[in-house]
Amino acid sequence: MMVVSRRQMIKGVIAAGAVAASAGSLFLGSAVAAPAPGTAERLLTLTVNGQKRRVDVLPQETLVQTLRTKLGLTGTKIGCDRGECGACTVLVDDVATYACSELTHRLRGRRITTIEGLEGPHGQLHKVQKAFIAELAPQCGYCTPGQVMAAVALLKANPHPTVEEVRRAMSGNLCRCGAYDHYLKGVMRAAEEV
Amino acid sequence: MAYRLIGKDFLPPDVVAKVTGRAKYAEDFRVDGMLHAKLLTSPLPHARVTSIDASRALRIPGVVAILTADEVPQEPAGNPILTNEPTFVGAPVLAVAAIDELTAAEAVDAITVVWEPLPFSFDPLASLSPSGVTARSDGNVGGVGVEVKTVTWEAGDFAGGDARLPSGKMGESWQFGDLDGGFANAKLVLEESFVTASMPHHTMETRSALAYWRNGKCFVHGSSQSHTFIIPRLARYIGVEPENLVFIGEFCGGGFGSKGGAYPLMALPAHLAKKTGRPVMMRISRAEEYFLGSGRHGFQGKLKIGFAADGRITALDVRLIQDQGGVIGATDYRSAGEGLAVVYQPLAMRWSGLPVFTNTPPCGPMRGPGQNQMAAAIEPLIDKAARQLGIDRVAIRAVNAPAVQSTFGPKSEPMSSCYLKEALDKGAKAFGWEARALRSGQRRGSKVIGIGVGQAFHSAGFNGFDGLLRITPDGKLHVHSGVGNLGTYSYAGTSRVAAELLNYAWDRVVIEHGDSRRALPWNSVQAGSNTTFTEARTNYVAAMDIRRKLLAIAAKDLGGAPDDYDLGAEQVVAKADPAKVLTFAQAARRAVQLGGAFSGQDLPSDIHAITRQAATAIAGTGLIGVAKDNLPKNGLVPGFCAAFVEIELDVETGQVTILDHLASCDVGIVVHPQSIDTQIKGGSLMGIGMARFERRVYDPRIGLPANVGLTQAKPPSWLDGAASSVAATVDAPEMQNPMGVKGVGEPPTGATAAAVLCAISDAMGGHLFNRVPVAIDMIINALAHQAPPHRPLQVHTV
Repeated sequence: MMVVSRRQMIKGVIAAGAVAASAGSLFLGSAVAAPAPGTAERLLTLTVNGQKRRVDVLPQETLVQTLRTKLGLTGTKIGCDRGECGACTVLVDDVATYACSELTHRLRGRRITTIEGLEGPHGQLHKVQKAFIAELAPQCGYCTPGQVMAAVALLKANPHPTVEEVRRAMSGNLCRCGAYDHYLKGVMRAAEEV
Repeated sequence: MAYRLIGKDFLPPDVVAKVTGRAKYAEDFRVDGMLHAKLLTSPLPHARVTSIDASRALRIPGVVAILTADEVPQEPAGNPILTNEPTFVGAPVLAVAAIDELTAAEAVDAITVVWEPLPFSFDPLASLSPSGVTARSDGNVGGVGVEVKTVTWEAGDFAGGDARLPSGKMGESWQFGDLDGGFANAKLVLEESFVTASMPHHTMETRSALAYWRNGKCFVHGSSQSHTFIIPRLARYIGVEPENLVFIGEFCGGGFGSKGGAYPLMALPAHLAKKTGRPVMMRISRAEEYFLGSGRHGFQGKLKIGFAADGRITALDVRLIQDQGGVIGATDYRSAGEGLAVVYQPLAMRWSGLPVFTNTPPCGPMRGPGQNQMAAAIEPLIDKAARQLGIDRVAIRAVNAPAVQSTFGPKSEPMSSCYLKEALDKGAKAFGWEARALRSGQRRGSKVIGIGVGQAFHSAGFNGFDGLLRITPDGKLHVHSGVGNLGTYSYAGTSRVAAELLNYAWDRVVIEHGDSRRALPWNSVQAGSNTTFTEARTNYVAAMDIRRKLLAIAAKDLGGAPDDYDLGAEQVVAKADPAKVLTFAQAARRAVQLGGAFSGQDLPSDIHAITRQAATAIAGTGLIGVAKDNLPKNGLVPGFCAAFVEIELDVETGQVTILDHLASCDVGIVVHPQSIDTQIKGGSLMGIGMARFERRVYDPRIGLPANVGLTQAKPPSWLDGAASSVAATVDAPEMQNPMGVKGVGEPPTGATAAAVLCAISDAMGGHLFNRVPVAIDMIINALAHQAPPHRPLQVHTV
């Protein structure tokens, strides 16, 4: 017989070079009875999609948690929650950033743009979104918001990229459907738009 | 035949939501009072839970309930919702519901489980040996229709050594033709043992689910390829009548077979919701998805193939051991045999197979289940034969390829459209095969050119499901689609069949899908490359029903007989007098007045109960077309792909760069050109992952997995595909479909995997690895004439 607690086993598994089944970010919903020391939320102001948003944030809270659970911005997806897939890509000061790998409290004063913030004031789609539609770039669509944001960031930094530059710049965004060729055509098409 | 809509690109209604982030997947929904579930999963590859002490966890503020295996239905040796005898690391043992995830996770940590560790096995062949360990306490062999039992082979069966598949007795077999004569008369006989690795699906969206109960109905938001097809089984897993299950799944973030049918885990939040009386959200992490998200079955196998001088296969003998994982999975080993019989049309053939459990995660169908592993295993051997017989590598495939009306297998089953030869021919021409083949083996610095061709098959269509259409009094056509939305847009493409046949402008069509409350008919599983063929037929029969009713209403109101009328643009027009018209909107209003079959009050007796429920829900709201697909279908509808690649292999680093790729597919009439292009290319990329990277790796001593995350698992990235990829289609109609269409989602994966493997072999002077994937270290070892670090037929290795 062998008696192990969950935590002991996780330690053992990590030591063995594997990944624990339940390791991943955890979402808080409404407040728990009494927060443990060091886990209290702090009120801070974030600039998200051009708006100032006041939000209570835990010290260990990542941006993707804040966006999805506290600000209701579920367009930013969680694919891996460990900086491997790019599904949660947003812009921080116009730079493509994995929202799963940024602590929210470090983003005070920074400009955060999510997929919800791309459309114009009258709902006009961004040229990357239009180009992705024209090329039928998404398949299942789960990685698409991240691909859109990565492409937007690329075109801000490099408005007329080569095919090779697009492939390299976008390579942090996985697509299991393998729709890269259509995303590539979409980025090249968007680059031609004014 | 020229179509107005079929064969033209269009804007599928769900694509804007995908690029704006408005598309809501299961985990994006919130319900008031929602609890969060966390799983306690097995840290051991095989164990028995002897006790669970949750008292400390239940005292944590915010913890609401704990659900154990004793409270949920159990499937014998099947994939469990929760289990007390986990047969793989990561198997769910219990679940906690709490007011938030942090509290739920804290509770999971506070639970003490006493485990009795049990012996574990990672290698089917080792398990079959006289000293073997059985991966389950009830046996080491079992499968769909195969009783769970322990099979032990004799020491003598293993006498052929490490590199040969042992000769023990297989569980199932079939045979046709004169096998011995075929080998005796062959000009060349090849015999090789091989391994194809099992690999995880790793869909981008994990299988999170949300469930709640209201007024006796269970509402489930889940991630599923299929819609109505999963209802009966999911209802059984939950313990609710199918008519009281409301499934909501407008989007599915990738399935590739792993979310084709109902899967037990999706039922878990419904059980917790019932127990707590509150909605429950279960978010599945990426790491949990590795264990619970299914995978492709691995094979250990042996092929013996006899060739005539012209390359024709005179005899083929295949033995397949299927790695089941820890529970009963799919029937890949059977479809692999069927695929060989279809693609190579051997004059004589024997297939035998045995599904063997290992203490690895559950497997199920994955994009071309069976056929594609087989393509990866056999195609390099076809190249070897071509080289030894002095035949061109495309020619040897063409000489064996089936033709229209060919039969296959031990029962000489019929097939309809078979244009593999044409796909090979068209692909070879477009790729410039002859000119490129001259470059084979050319070296520039440390880089060597390799050229490869590969081919694969999957059946491409079912029958017998239902169609449901409605014209509402505003004149719009509503296509009720229960097929699901896995990302191919085929739910929309097949809806265009109804619009085509009823003369509708596409912007006057509404597709009702994604939510049981939208009245969805009994449609097929959205898997197996079958949606296009199958749902074109269901929408065809429903359109014919609505057409008949439109003509009947016109005759009733305007005089004459139904045959005196025809369909114009949203109106019924008298053939003799074009001024005599009844608009579809008027007809819909009349249908409501007339009632009966016109408006869905009287329904055909042969439709499925789910269609009956759907049609009843919309009865009286318009003109209803509803019918079961009773169109004739006699035999298999095959889909084929021939793929071509040119690679550059760096002999110093082992790196393989795919320079060019072309996939030429037999797809019937193309429904949606953009979609077929992206399906062929996406499927091909998955084949590149299969050929080069993807496998489950386990440490056989401690029983733990080593490549759980995406970085280690290595699904192909933007940089792993070909610099240039082209999709081509044969465009010959499928005769068992009234629109001439069929599917092709799966063959590009196997064909491209095979082409890449053949190109690697070509660049290495014909070296055979007999193992998939061919990883970089294998290439380096082979070039350095060093033995690989594993035994030839060992599995789950690095």
